[in-house]
Amino acid sequence: MDMPDTVTSTEASASGSLDGDYDDAAGYYTPGSPLVDAKAPEGPIAERWQNRKFEARLVNPANRRKLDIIIVGTGLAGASAAATLGEAGYNVKTFCYQDSPRRAHSIAAQGGINAAKNYKEDGDSVHRLFYDTVKGGDYRSRESNVYRLAEVSTNIIDQCVAQGVPFAREYGGLLDNRSFGGVQVSRTFYARGQTGQQLLIGAYQALERQVAAGTVSMFSRHEMLELIVVDGKARGIIARDMITGEIQTHVADVVVLASGGYGNVFYLSTNAMGSNVTAAWRAHRKGAYMANPCYTQIHPTCIPVTGTHQSKLTLMSESLRNDGRIWVPKNQADCDKDPRDIPEEDRDYYLERIYPSFGNLVPRDIASRAAKYQCDDGRGVGPEVDGVRRGVYLDFADAIARLGRDSVEAKYGNLFDMYARITGEDPYSVPMRIYPAVHYVMGGLWVDYDLQSTIPGLFVTGEANFSDHGANRLGASALMQGLADGYFVLPHTIRDYLADGPFEPIAEDHPAVVEAQESVKGRIEHFLTVNGERSVDSYHRELGNIMWEYCGMERTETGLKKAIDLIRSLKDDFYRNVKVLGGAETLNQSLEKAGRVADFFELGELMCIDALNRRESCGGHFRGESQTEDGEALRHDEEYAYVSAWEWAGDDAAPVLHKEDLVYTAIEMKQRSYK
Amino acid sequence: MNLTLKIWRQQDASTPGAMHTYQLADVSPDMSFLEMLDVLNEQLNAEGEEPIAFDSDCREGICGMCGLMINGDAHGPEVTTTCQLHMRSFSDGETITIEPWRSDAFPVIKDLVVDRSAFDRIIQQGGFISVNTGSAPEAHSVPVPKDDADRAFNVATCIGCGACVAACPNGSASLFMGAKITHLGLLPQGQPERDERVVNMVAQHDHEGFGGCTNIGECTAACPKEIPLDVISQLNKDLRTAIKHGH
Repeated sequence: MDMPDTVTSTEASASGSLDGDYDDAAGYYTPGSPLVDAKAPEGPIAERWQNRKFEARLVNPANRRKLDIIIVGTGLAGASAAATLGEAGYNVKTFCYQDSPRRAHSIAAQGGINAAKNYKEDGDSVHRLFYDTVKGGDYRSRESNVYRLAEVSTNIIDQCVAQGVPFAREYGGLLDNRSFGGVQVSRTFYARGQTGQQLLIGAYQALERQVAAGTVSMFSRHEMLELIVVDGKARGIIARDMITGEIQTHVADVVVLASGGYGNVFYLSTNAMGSNVTAAWRAHRKGAYMANPCYTQIHPTCIPVTGTHQSKLTLMSESLRNDGRIWVPKNQADCDKDPRDIPEEDRDYYLERIYPSFGNLVPRDIASRAAKYQCDDGRGVGPEVDGVRRGVYLDFADAIARLGRDSVEAKYGNLFDMYARITGEDPYSVPMRIYPAVHYVMGGLWVDYDLQSTIPGLFVTGEANFSDHGANRLGASALMQGLADGYFVLPHTIRDYLADGPFEPIAEDHPAVVEAQESVKGRIEHFLTVNGERSVDSYHRELGNIMWEYCGMERTETGLKKAIDLIRSLKDDFYRNVKVLGGAETLNQSLEKAGRVADFFELGELMCIDALNRRESCGGHFRGESQTEDGEALRHDEEYAYVSAWEWAGDDAAPVLHKEDLVYTAIEMKQRSYK
Repeated sequence: MNLTLKIWRQQDASTPGAMHTYQLADVSPDMSFLEMLDVLNEQLNAEGEEPIAFDSDCREGICGMCGLMINGDAHGPEVTTTCQLHMRSFSDGETITIEPWRSDAFPVIKDLVVDRSAFDRIIQQGGFISVNTGSAPEAHSVPVPKDDADRAFNVATCIGCGACVAACPNGSASLFMGAKITHLGLLPQGQPERDERVVNMVAQHDHEGFGGCTNIGECTAACPKEIPLDVISQLNKDLRTAIKHGH
């Protein structure tokens, strides 16, 4: 199963090596004991999931209604789990910060969902999807988890079709597939450019059906602000009713976090405005390890920033790179000219120049970094923001000349419309401008094979956990993972834990509950009484700039150390000088944001420490110190084939690093090459 | 550009609200409408006045969380969501009036934020296909004609923003409901519950206090996803069929 574009890691490593003293993060953390996934099944990889499902204990149907499950988040991973556990007869409480569970940010996913159906008979299989996912993750994911993901992928499509998800079909009435993200088989199911929306609406409807059936209680406009841990077990959450400000205690036998990713630590990202790390971070502070937090996916084809007012970034499908040509002016003096007036010989088609065989279709991280280098070099285009033009041209003039305007419109019409709406420019006549943006995080709370965190009774699903994508995620795999976890994995693994329940009831005045309540109230009280000079957003934006500059597309030892210092002093200033108006017992959006930004500060620092520790380049993590002579990412498998799982050690203590070794039995590690 | 903004402010559901006037200078035409409000909120915060509450989340036109009446139009002058509206659609010196959705069934929570949970309760009454996880047949066991699948997709693109209700002089949610009934009714999987679905959803719609449809068409004109008016015809047809079947 050899792929043509890979070489073995030993060959590649020969061209670059680590010097003796390579732990740049020494002093920033405390080494901890190794971490082992106690639930990791053994035996042939294709039998592990079947065996685990069989070994996981069952819960008597009559007992299920006595077992309380809390689920935080209603995206694909949360809504699917809530619906499935409700159908099974458990007593489920579900929380989301939006006004309806249907708004969760899974809804914005455009491209599609992978499944190893092999409907095209083009050589796809569970094993090939597994192989592609591990390889795409640059050999930094856990093979048992990935195999299971590929295995259940086919069930997802069956389930969604039965729910009425209107996937694209062929004239014969059967489902259509396309090839996505550079893979060589057509395994992606899609619903025009709105696959995430259609899948989420399917899961949302299944969830609402259970609300009507009385098995699920829905708490929308509620935000989890603390985890309740009793005798070492997760036993509930503290939530704030965002309309009345009431601080509520919800206890349960088990808690599931399906709260999404933390890309908004960068302030600008393609995430929704409200996407945040608070639920996961509060759990981290209570003992859940955070794994590989530095693994960030940056998408090369987003619409550039227009000014300091920018609140979010919008992604355009990467398929645009199939026909568009990327360039910048050769001369800085041309950067503010009308691009149509810049003659061919004064343009630098830099991807075609540097990577002649892949050209504009190099992988996401290479395309992103190359754009950054051009702009850092002063050759970016578009509006100047904070003194730099951050944009490169994506030009369709040649494609229109070759294929005709109608063909280009048929292929990319909806994307061109979106671009025109946002920028006010006509991409049929003026080259588009693009720039990379943060899109997804592969890091997240550490979970074992059962999706259970290091806190017993706390399970984590979807983007909020770390397990399936390694250092980089393949296109159309986020939707697959969210639904795999919620529909087909968690409902089986959680029952093994619940078989010991119901657990002892927790009183409202239990010390652990009181402590969690007081912690939440104390934070709120603090933010409302600082009465400083600066808005929450201004701090968030500044933090985002630090992260983007030093912990974005390229990370270096000097940059990361500088970032840690900057984050620490900005955080101190935030607690002393933030200005949050309004009250606690009312809808107060500034207050909501203040709590989220406070947690982003702590996460941002940990991301930098994690990036500092990993002096190798892998997937979405590029260390300037670890590249080949050609400027490509260089892994160091001998030193870094591990998961970094970080333990919180207290506000004034360095985090503790636990390493989980990654062992591959069903696949051989390779180094990629795109020249 | 410089703008005069007249904005509805209301402390909570039980306190009467009023229009307040604000001046905002140096607005860039490249700002989205909501970014313009972000800038106003920064200004208010600096001046010591509580920022204006408004809903938004994805800011890319798909989650359905945002929605404002802008100069009397749901989502403003373009056919798009409020988050995808840009200030280049307005001119220097203009006065812009901004209100929350207007509907008895969407009570105001604060300022420009309304409660749309009635939509979720309508879906709970039948806006789904009953299939438990794991019990689905193989996806290719039931082919669906491409035309039906395409039309089902087109109407399934409803984002549940509520603009149809806000625009309707009767405050009817028929377009929202018709989109879901048409989506599920076009698919073979949606047939077993088809009669029950329409009867129960309509009953919940009326119970929530939404008005009846009198074919005015403001809903479809305001819809950012351009859901066509004939989904309401389909809704009525399905309702008549269900009644004939004895529901």
